[in-house]
Amino acid sequence: MGKKTKDNKYDELFHKAGFAESFAKGDAATKLSAIIMGLGCAVRGQLARGFIFLAFQVLFILYMINSGSYWLSMLPSLGKVGPTKEYDAFFDTYVPTYNDNSFEILLYGILTIFLIVAFILTWALNIKMSYDAQLKKEKGKKINRFIDDVHSLVDEGFYKTLLSLPMLGITLFTFLPIVFMIFIAFTNYDGKHDGYITNLFTWVGLDNFRTLFSMAGGKGSYFNVFLGILGWTVAWAFLATFSNYFLGILVAMMINKKGIKFKKLWRTILVLTIAIPQFISLLYVSKMFDKGGIVNGFLMNMGWINAPIDYWGNPTYARILVVVINIWIGIPYLMLIATGILMNIPADLYEASRIDGANPIQQFRYITMPYMLFVTAPYLLTSFTGNMNNFNVIYLLSGGNPVNPNASAADGGVGYTDLLITWLYKIALGSESRYYMASVLGIVIFIIVSTITLLVYNGLGSNKNEGDMA
Amino acid sequence: MMSTDRKLGMKAKERIGNAFVYLLLIIMSIIWLTPFVCIVLQSFRVESTWQVGYVIPKEWGLDNYRALFDSDFTTWYMNTFIIAVVCAIVNPLMVLSMSYTLSRFRFKMRKPLMKFMLILGLFPGILAMIILYRLLKDMGLTQENAVPGLILVYCASSGMGYYIAKGFFDTISTSLDESARIDGANRMQVFFKIIMPLAKPIVIYTVLTAFMAPWGDFMFAKFVAFGTSKGMNVAVGLWSWLTKDQINSRYTMFCAGGVIVAIPVTLLFMFLQKYYVEGVTGGAVKG
Repeated sequence: MGKKTKDNKYDELFHKAGFAESFAKGDAATKLSAIIMGLGCAVRGQLARGFIFLAFQVLFILYMINSGSYWLSMLPSLGKVGPTKEYDAFFDTYVPTYNDNSFEILLYGILTIFLIVAFILTWALNIKMSYDAQLKKEKGKKINRFIDDVHSLVDEGFYKTLLSLPMLGITLFTFLPIVFMIFIAFTNYDGKHDGYITNLFTWVGLDNFRTLFSMAGGKGSYFNVFLGILGWTVAWAFLATFSNYFLGILVAMMINKKGIKFKKLWRTILVLTIAIPQFISLLYVSKMFDKGGIVNGFLMNMGWINAPIDYWGNPTYARILVVVINIWIGIPYLMLIATGILMNIPADLYEASRIDGANPIQQFRYITMPYMLFVTAPYLLTSFTGNMNNFNVIYLLSGGNPVNPNASAADGGVGYTDLLITWLYKIALGSESRYYMASVLGIVIFIIVSTITLLVYNGLGSNKNEGDMA
Repeated sequence: MMSTDRKLGMKAKERIGNAFVYLLLIIMSIIWLTPFVCIVLQSFRVESTWQVGYVIPKEWGLDNYRALFDSDFTTWYMNTFIIAVVCAIVNPLMVLSMSYTLSRFRFKMRKPLMKFMLILGLFPGILAMIILYRLLKDMGLTQENAVPGLILVYCASSGMGYYIAKGFFDTISTSLDESARIDGANRMQVFFKIIMPLAKPIVIYTVLTAFMAPWGDFMFAKFVAFGTSKGMNVAVGLWSWLTKDQINSRYTMFCAGGVIVAIPVTLLFMFLQKYYVEGVTGGAVKG
């Protein structure tokens, strides 16, 4: 009983009335809060809360008059006057003048829309809170003072305190940029149209998506290049995930096998690839397989080959190599994970099966694998989608090479080992900086990855009891 | 008589099996160690600075290491070190508050928030980089000033990686919280005085991964340092030494630089390995 009152000490809305009900049943002060925010709270003694509402309202109106309306009005066109050049007779040169800035218009336009949404939500909250205070007063309950609200931030409402900074960061540095980039997919923002210095950029509707799916140009068309890269991306993700998975489990079983000594030594040697920063090992191994690298040198010294092999110049070799080197990088992770899980498999399962005459291969097939798959299914999914976007391994090993001579429509020198993600990177950093195409690709990647995730998750049904039982 | 025969047979079988496993493990160890041995050996090669087909130097020396200190490598190293230290302090704060909240509190927006972050996480991170680069540039935080810019980017969204730590908090019994609350502690005191001391393994895991990540980030660091050497981190800097126009004069220096970067990070990792293993294992099982 004592606990219950404690939990209710800081409750904000003790009734469950929604906005409409609050407004309809509210008294004059509550209704007036629709025009003067915070009024309803203030007349019932919640001065600080009322003041904050009012301050937000005033600032919002001032912002909308001063700049918000400008950004909104420019949003449909993304700028009207581009940069101009005027002849300066004195210096005998053209002096550029920069005018509208499409980038800023889009950015602040989006921010203004966010702000309007936030304002509407706050406005509704203001009425709900006013009605809440009204009800409490009528029933003679205690109305939260400002100091109670502040206290609540370290107690019942501590989650707000904890979440504020991380959520602010995620909103500003992940959510907002992604929203912005989704819009970019419908503009012509690139190096030649950077929105300010070179040229304005503007809305182009679905043109960029049409370009991606266009067959014009036959073999070298965007769509053909896209299909080729998509096929390889899926194949790569499949090979990379499952090769690591099965080999990693096998290695873990070998190290944990009864009677094998120096377990710690074997583990430590493998874990080196996790400990050493990946870019060093990847770059170095990539150079080992260069035409003039150590591997060719070794093979020629042994007399096994006569001329150096150009591993990174041959599409098939390059593709096999990235998968194999990825195994070298990936087995240790799986070995660590599998070791932990293998120890959890009840030993009597093995004992019983041995008595029934099962051999080690059967044990692996019917006990170890089903158990592993059951426990690590979500991990397999994330590692599959992670591999689809495995930028580092591809970019640092092969750089996407060898270049595909047929892929003329796509810039950035797209190659046979390029994944969608490295292609996107090359497009954005390419000579024309076609950000809009990068953005279109980003959206396509999102659609593919989320479709796979959804399908698998629904098939698995293993997300049903996410930590809620704790 | 027969049973001893069988026993002997099984023992022999097991011995052969073990010998086979040993053989495989030894071969694997050689494969795993070869690149690292090679890079160390080549970093001591002084007779030439380009790639060669042999491993053991004909002339040994420390020239490459000395040359490192006269190059931009020291700047890159400091850049990366500063970023790593700041990240190791800030990221865990973000991750732990996020994961603890989502594990312990039940509030209206909890599930929508988790779905929101799951969906955000499905977008390729590079997508956000294009705009972040432009924003940082407008703030003057790119090129020479890339360090604060990179810190901002690495830290701001780090709360998204809350899964593993949340899984850990889920395993700490809530009865601890409840008994402390009955004794009059508020939620904040519970967090700092009861949960944090218990969460030492996961705190160390988050600090370790936050410290190690900046050493390996290549994608965004290359973007932000664009066109200048002063703002690079070690990954981008050493990568630039392997590009076509530099590799012939810098290859052995790359090897030396790689060794210098790898030693402290590797030692730290090996030292705290136990916590890392706990983290990844827990994370994989929880999903």
